[in-house]
Amino acid sequence: MLNEQLEQIKKAALDSIAQVTDLDGLNEIRVRYLGKKGELTAVLKNLKDVAPEDRPRVGQLVNDAKAIIEGELARAKDEMAAKARELRMQAETIDVTLPAKRNALGHAHPNTVALEEVERIFTGMGYEVISGPEIEYDEYNFTKLNIPANHPAKDEQDTFYINKEIVLRTQTSPVQARVMEQGRLPIRMISPGRVFRSDEVDATHSPSFHQVEGLVIDKDITFADLKGTLAEFAKKLFGEDTRVKFRPHHFPFTEPSAEMDVTCFKCGGKGCRFCKGEGWIEILGCGMVHPHVLEMCGIDNEKYRGFAFGVGLERIALLKYEIDDMRLLYENDIRFLKQF
Amino acid sequence: MNTPISWIKVYVPDLDCTNQEYRDAMTLTGTKVEGFEELDKNLDKIVVGQVKKIDKHPDAEKLIICQVDIGEPELLQIVTGAPNVVEGGKYPVVLHGGRVAGGHDGGPLPEGGIKITKGKLRGVESFGMMCSIEELGSDKNYYPNAPESGLYPMEADAPVGADAIELLGLHDTVFEYEITSNRVDCYSIIGIAREAAATFGKKLVLPEVPATGNSEKASDYISVEVKDADLCPRYCARVVKNIKLAPSPEWMQRRLANSGIRPINNLVDITNYVMQEYGQPMHAFDYDQIAGHKIIVKRANDGDKFVTLDGQERILDKDILMICDGEKEIGIAGIMGGENSMITDDVKTMVFESATFDGTNIRLSAKRVGLRTEASGKFEKGLDPETAKAAIDRACALVEELGAGEVVGGIIDIYPDPVHESRVKLEPEKINKHLGTDLTKQQMVDYMARVDLKYDPSTDEIVAPTWRQDIHCMADLSEEVARFFGYDKIPTTLPKGEATMGGVNFAHRVQDVARETAMFLGFSEGMSFSFESPKVYDLLRVPENDPARNAIKIMNPLGEDFSIMRTMPLHGLVSSLATNYKRKNANVRLFEMANIYLPKALPLTELPDERMQLALGFYGEGDFYAMKGVVEELFEKLGLKDKITYDAKAERPYLHPGRRADVVYHGETVGYLGELHPQVCENYGIDDRAYVAVIDMPSAMKFADFNIKYTGIAKYPAVTRDISVTVARSLPVGAIEECIEKAGKGILESYALFDVFESEKLGADVKSVAYTMTYRHKDRTLEDKEVNDVMARLLEELSKIGAKLRD
Repeated sequence: MLNEQLEQIKKAALDSIAQVTDLDGLNEIRVRYLGKKGELTAVLKNLKDVAPEDRPRVGQLVNDAKAIIEGELARAKDEMAAKARELRMQAETIDVTLPAKRNALGHAHPNTVALEEVERIFTGMGYEVISGPEIEYDEYNFTKLNIPANHPAKDEQDTFYINKEIVLRTQTSPVQARVMEQGRLPIRMISPGRVFRSDEVDATHSPSFHQVEGLVIDKDITFADLKGTLAEFAKKLFGEDTRVKFRPHHFPFTEPSAEMDVTCFKCGGKGCRFCKGEGWIEILGCGMVHPHVLEMCGIDNEKYRGFAFGVGLERIALLKYEIDDMRLLYENDIRFLKQF
Repeated sequence: MNTPISWIKVYVPDLDCTNQEYRDAMTLTGTKVEGFEELDKNLDKIVVGQVKKIDKHPDAEKLIICQVDIGEPELLQIVTGAPNVVEGGKYPVVLHGGRVAGGHDGGPLPEGGIKITKGKLRGVESFGMMCSIEELGSDKNYYPNAPESGLYPMEADAPVGADAIELLGLHDTVFEYEITSNRVDCYSIIGIAREAAATFGKKLVLPEVPATGNSEKASDYISVEVKDADLCPRYCARVVKNIKLAPSPEWMQRRLANSGIRPINNLVDITNYVMQEYGQPMHAFDYDQIAGHKIIVKRANDGDKFVTLDGQERILDKDILMICDGEKEIGIAGIMGGENSMITDDVKTMVFESATFDGTNIRLSAKRVGLRTEASGKFEKGLDPETAKAAIDRACALVEELGAGEVVGGIIDIYPDPVHESRVKLEPEKINKHLGTDLTKQQMVDYMARVDLKYDPSTDEIVAPTWRQDIHCMADLSEEVARFFGYDKIPTTLPKGEATMGGVNFAHRVQDVARETAMFLGFSEGMSFSFESPKVYDLLRVPENDPARNAIKIMNPLGEDFSIMRTMPLHGLVSSLATNYKRKNANVRLFEMANIYLPKALPLTELPDERMQLALGFYGEGDFYAMKGVVEELFEKLGLKDKITYDAKAERPYLHPGRRADVVYHGETVGYLGELHPQVCENYGIDDRAYVAVIDMPSAMKFADFNIKYTGIAKYPAVTRDISVTVARSLPVGAIEECIEKAGKGILESYALFDVFESEKLGADVKSVAYTMTYRHKDRTLEDKEVNDVMARLLEELSKIGAKLRD
């Protein structure tokens, strides 16, 4: 009889649980069956009327029923919570195509972006980055680089003079002389910085621009090493498929001297509007350090040789980022800068 | 230098390559070809035609109908509007399907030319077109026979039906070369031809120059005295009499024209021809105008005036070399002759001058006189004195060949100190080591022999001809070897030898971190010029006597706007902000990392102090405290983690007097920040508040430190206390913070301002300030008493600055 009663209670409880739709309802069921005055609790309270030998068995039955009801209550509660979460999330759906809230990060100047690439490549090859003065002695800018007095390159139409002995450096090459003079050998260095030439501002000229100088001095340096190093540089800067071409040229402080062209990175060398149909783009000047320059800087030119190169940073930036007017680099219009 | 390939082929007759092959090969041996233009690229199916009959056009007054013989069995009917057609005349005729380069008006030439087809002109059939020199892509300046307008008249003996383009010398290509300054010899046809022969391994055939002159002696006609031999290493003069001026022959005219030189008459053309051919400028004087038949080469006097043959008066000085006669100056040496001795149409006898002048002196003189001529452009490069005589002899040979006059025998040649061939030891081992090659001595000798650098086995030396003034040492020889071996054939290796560390130094790293942090904080990087106008100090309200105005001046600036080296970074930054403001870009944040230049003394005797400045600026969103936050974040990233103090009293006339401060770290001013002075904003056209900060990088670098030491995360609980006080409005809250720091020493972890307000209720001069302080002991839990003691000390400190606890 007690069995039956328990079964009825259990069934009634489970039926109500199955029908209930909210947490309050569930709570009511818990109170009604399992609460202090609940139906199941009442059965337990009446256990004293059961014969003592039956008590363990009946107690067990009551506890079993209680566990089932409790389990079902918990399951229903979880289900309801899951459903409620589902509904909440549905209501919370947003339009993911609405605009992002961005942090206003700043942007580096294209020259800096280009310079960082160049620096990364050469520091990776063991080059030190060294800077030198922008206002420089004539002696370093010219004389020690094998450019004697009265050389046309010293003309006022090219060089800004402060006085007879001091100029705005026209190239980063004087840093070569300064570093060589310190006499710490071997040397592997690059030196980026501002240089100045007396050119009016237009789409391809600026009286102030940037170069990166490179210098390697060691015992067994050859022109072949120069070629290998710069070919590697070109690949890293413009892509692995880049080929290079060295053309004889003349610089007073290197001998032999060369200009290096790279295959056009737009057309890969086939010739296009960008490279004016040439397939090649001139990128830098280089050469073996002139023995006389080594001598003037106190390096034994019988023991040591070296190569040097100079890259125009703006040229790299203009080419690499396809900027069509150099003046944009110095206007600092945020709409331009934001693209880098 | 622009040169027709036809002229080069005169000296390298076996040259046989396409234009592109020529261009590539020459460039790779060091004679850089910038480009080339095929003169006949748009000319097709153009023959010589002879007009046999002219009829009027029935329906058009300005048109005529011509029957033209083009060497075919049938005459060709062509309708034309040209004004100069005559029966029997010969003209270039473009046949149906042919092409011409341009229109008859001589305007810009269309890409690809103009196609000519048969058609009807006002109802009359026309089977081709007769053309003008402009339609052939040329210019009447280069074709003295060309009429002012109309068809180009071919020579009477031109064969009917022949290729007219050939006859007009237009089957030619003009190459433009970039000659490097060390190769003076290549500013000439012969120089380039020598390189071409060497490049292609062909024979160089130089013009034969026969002995010239009659039995008279030039020295009986004229004497020459060189007084300033330092500026004139060689002076050659020859005399030509019985001059017969006439047009020069077609071949000479065509070679000159295709070099961009207008044919004039036989004498002028010969001078120009030899200048192109040998690179040696010459001058011709009218013998009868030379007083005393005497030439004296000497420096001018300061202030002398002289009229050059272009009719301009020039002011001379004592460093300008002059050609004088017995009485007066008759030419500026190497630059331009004088009006008083110029050749006129009735010249009978003339003196040819072929001299060598000091290149530097010519360059500087030309600049001072304000006259740079083709001749001075050649002289200034420093010519080989040996060429002077070769060229004058060649010119006289041409005079005889062309029948332009009777050459007087002999030459006057003042050449006191002849140049020598230079000799350089041939050290194949060293050359190979320099280049990274493995060439034999014989290979090297062969390569150099191509350009007349001869090996002398008796001394084991390479002998460089006098025109190669650039050959001095082993490295120079290595270049000659390299360029004929081929730069492309030299191996490609990487340097061996001891490894080097590489990397950037500390200053560089500090700058990189500062730059990156500025970008994180929303500032984009600008760059501006290092030179600016002295007027910027007025724009920035810098007082007259301020040391910032002691700027380094450029002697030869591009103009006043670029005349001084900046001593402050603000102008570049603020003008960039202004540019953005004017272009209506909102919320702009910019920075620049660049040097200012502070002279140690003026005028400059030693290099100035170049100080790297980080300058930041913005307008739009943000205020003073936003910029202050930027400065503090920057400092933290640079490892300047101690307390920054702000000195509001420092004079910064370009900043708002109530919203500015110097940034002080460890007692040292390392920068400043503030709102731009409204007047400065107005001066730059920024109608908004703008904020700037400047950090002197060398000062910041002294304290910068990227070594990080972790301090443990606190294990024991913190105690927070709030305090709210009233103080005088004028009191900076920094004073309260000093009290908080002083009182809390040892257990104060942090503090934060959370409220400042002013109200009528508080009183006119009073403000309320509230802080939360956090106290913590690193080793144990704080006791109430400890915190209470601190709070008591704080109240005591606060009372000293007049702060009262709010109730």
